[in-house]
Amino acid sequence: MRPATETELSELLRNATDTLRVAGGGTRAIGALPRGEVLETAGLSGVTLYEPGALTLVARAGTPINEIAALLASENQRLAFEVPDMRGLLGRQGVSTAGGVVAANASGPRRVQAGACRDNLLGVRFVDGTGTVIKNGGRVMKNVTGYDLVKLMAGSHGALGVLTEVSFRLQAVPEAEASLCLPGLTATEAVAAMATALTSPFDISGAAWIEGAALIRVEGMAGSVAYRVAELRKRLPGAEVLEADASACRWATVRDVAPFAGAEGAVWRLSLRASMAAGMLWALAQAGLVHRRVMMDWGGGLLWLLVEDAGDAGARLIRGTLAPLGGHATLVRGPAHVPAFAPESAAVGALTAGLCLKFDPRGLFNKGAAG
Amino acid sequence: MPRPNPDVMDAKARIVARLRAVLPDDAVIADPVATRAYECDGLSAYRCPPLAVTLPRTTTETAAILRICHEEGVPVVPRGSGTSLAGGAMPTADCVVLGVARMNAVLATHYEDRIIRVQAGRTNLSVTGAVEAEGFFYAPDPSSQLACAIAGNIAMNSGGAHCLKYGVTTNNLLGVTLVQMDGTVVEIGGPYMDAGGLDLLGVICGSEGQLGVVTEAWLRILPKPEGARPVLMGFDSSEVAGACVSDIVKAGILPVAIEFMDRLLIRVCEDFAHAGYPDCEALLIVEVEGSPAEIDEQLARIIAIARTHNPVALIEAADEGQAKRIWLGRKSAFSAIGRISDYMCLDGTIPVSSLPYVLRRIGELSVEYGLVVGNVFHAGDGNMHPLILYDANKPGELETCERLGAEILKLCVEVGGCLTGEHGVGVEKRDLMGVQFTPADMEAQMRVKDVFDPKWLLNPAKVFPLDLTATRRR
Repeated sequence: MRPATETELSELLRNATDTLRVAGGGTRAIGALPRGEVLETAGLSGVTLYEPGALTLVARAGTPINEIAALLASENQRLAFEVPDMRGLLGRQGVSTAGGVVAANASGPRRVQAGACRDNLLGVRFVDGTGTVIKNGGRVMKNVTGYDLVKLMAGSHGALGVLTEVSFRLQAVPEAEASLCLPGLTATEAVAAMATALTSPFDISGAAWIEGAALIRVEGMAGSVAYRVAELRKRLPGAEVLEADASACRWATVRDVAPFAGAEGAVWRLSLRASMAAGMLWALAQAGLVHRRVMMDWGGGLLWLLVEDAGDAGARLIRGTLAPLGGHATLVRGPAHVPAFAPESAAVGALTAGLCLKFDPRGLFNKGAAG
Repeated sequence: MPRPNPDVMDAKARIVARLRAVLPDDAVIADPVATRAYECDGLSAYRCPPLAVTLPRTTTETAAILRICHEEGVPVVPRGSGTSLAGGAMPTADCVVLGVARMNAVLATHYEDRIIRVQAGRTNLSVTGAVEAEGFFYAPDPSSQLACAIAGNIAMNSGGAHCLKYGVTTNNLLGVTLVQMDGTVVEIGGPYMDAGGLDLLGVICGSEGQLGVVTEAWLRILPKPEGARPVLMGFDSSEVAGACVSDIVKAGILPVAIEFMDRLLIRVCEDFAHAGYPDCEALLIVEVEGSPAEIDEQLARIIAIARTHNPVALIEAADEGQAKRIWLGRKSAFSAIGRISDYMCLDGTIPVSSLPYVLRRIGELSVEYGLVVGNVFHAGDGNMHPLILYDANKPGELETCERLGAEILKLCVEVGGCLTGEHGVGVEKRDLMGVQFTPADMEAQMRVKDVFDPKWLLNPAKVFPLDLTATRRR
């Protein structure tokens, strides 16, 4: 099924009798594939409004994200949240869509400074499980009119409705970027180095640990970038400096978790307190879980692990170790029998189930996907 | 407001006795004189003393209050510091006010993670106060930040002048302890950058206290920039100033704040703060941050853009003292205007590109309705604050003022904006929601409340038009 308009989609959903598998470009869905016929959003395509002077773009949900990126680049603008390209990691083909990006709340390294996808999302239109068209938010930067269903839809993995239109806040591409690179650091050293940078007044836009090297990024006007790099080098002796494209290329590998792509094993994504990341790795090692590869982003707040995919792929151990620290672990790639999303507390689970029932009373959408 | 529930009014003695049984003596106020202190919030034109007031000190006490009210079918109006400009904390005669002001402790601070956990009654400015010695601050800065509570900030998703760079409350909130109407305590999010599952935190923030009572919160704190410097730019028309804002935004320089004032506001704020504002039709306060050299680099670019609009004044703050006075003037704008007149403050947001058009239309509407409108607002993100001056003692003038206000808000929606950018809907804009939303849009929002508060007891009769919620509130 590939509706060409919102009205067509609304009718289709109103008349639906069986479960559906809502798909944007099919490039980043995780977890067991929902049952049912595929409902593609690619037919709902096109940028409907782009106002560079207001830093705003509105696009239909099926619009390829590359098309949006190219349009923004022509005005020297971009989406601030650095959309990760998960195709390599997940072994997918296809074209990412704006709606898919929003449904996954897909957010890259600039999360530490410019926020996640949800923080840069100004408005949505969607069709719920009864076929009703709903809009929320809008196209302006500040909006507290009514409840914020925009956030609720971001990262909902299609559980509440089918997105038809999304509007983003944009960012001008800064004049310059540069990164400090500190190779050969242990996890503990890397977390400390990243914290040194992130607690400095130098407006860090990325802090990652990849292939043993800590990377610290600054962006802005040329003079300012040079100044901040110099100041950071005083605090982080021994750092090499990557300028411009060299810096950008390195951050693309962080954004896309490129070191894990093509490697055998299960991929875990842990969200936790940054300062706990090294301790978490230590605790896992103590418990006998050996990771094949490891990477950190968000100063340690995002921990990526590649582990053996036998059995439960370490689910019990990883989730059990993380629980007392706070945070959650998502199985991004791994055995289908292991739940991709961490189990929720009873109270949160009740609220989630209640919302799903209200927006999708017949249970049409992506069963189980939202966790 | 809807008529009070007579069953609840009749049961006052029993309800108060049950509350007293689970709370310390000083945590329940039922005396009709003492409860008058809670009869209104910052929207003082609307007043109504509540049935009783409770002031819990812990999450457990909060849960006990809500459980009793849930069982008794008593509406509960959560209250932070009572600074809402939209009537968000306005009581009803049959309600129990749940004030969180006594829950004001800092529970944990982790500088290395740039996070702090506070009880939600803590005031906005005192969050910064708790971390500034270590060189950190809490970014959202509503003008009422000296008084307003984090709980209220979360309820209204409050913004402030520096949101252009740092975002509003929702962008700086990582987790909450929420007590639901039935007393269930739920932890949502936590000291990490993304919560799992549906973004419940995102929908709780800005839900105007209708989904639950937030008693504790994890907030992001940020390292303070090395320095900041505001520059004043005067123009000979509001429209030209608006065009200048649009050019700065488009040029890709992101100041931390771009504030706008028209002649009326320049005059009253200058009288109040002696900030050295120039005498002109329209003023922009543009602030940038960084080291002295970084500030110079950014200001040079911004001033070059301003010059293309023929400014009548360009003044950089000479020293820390003047910078402080410049902001004191801006942040005192509402109280400064209150010294000369009664006023109504609006809060619509518009696309930045529409600023010149909307300012012109507001001028025309002001003439048409015969009431003076002053403008002071967060221009960088299009969040307007038209202030309509009126005389409360002149019969009919408040009503004229309200009609003009509604026209201006409709104008904001017409150009692609919204009714409220940071103050919230509350009681004040409840009946205008239909201008921005279809019944289906509002139904979708009300379904969220159905899930969190099926009996519709928390802060009822706010946000949505009364006729839409009548069957649910019963």
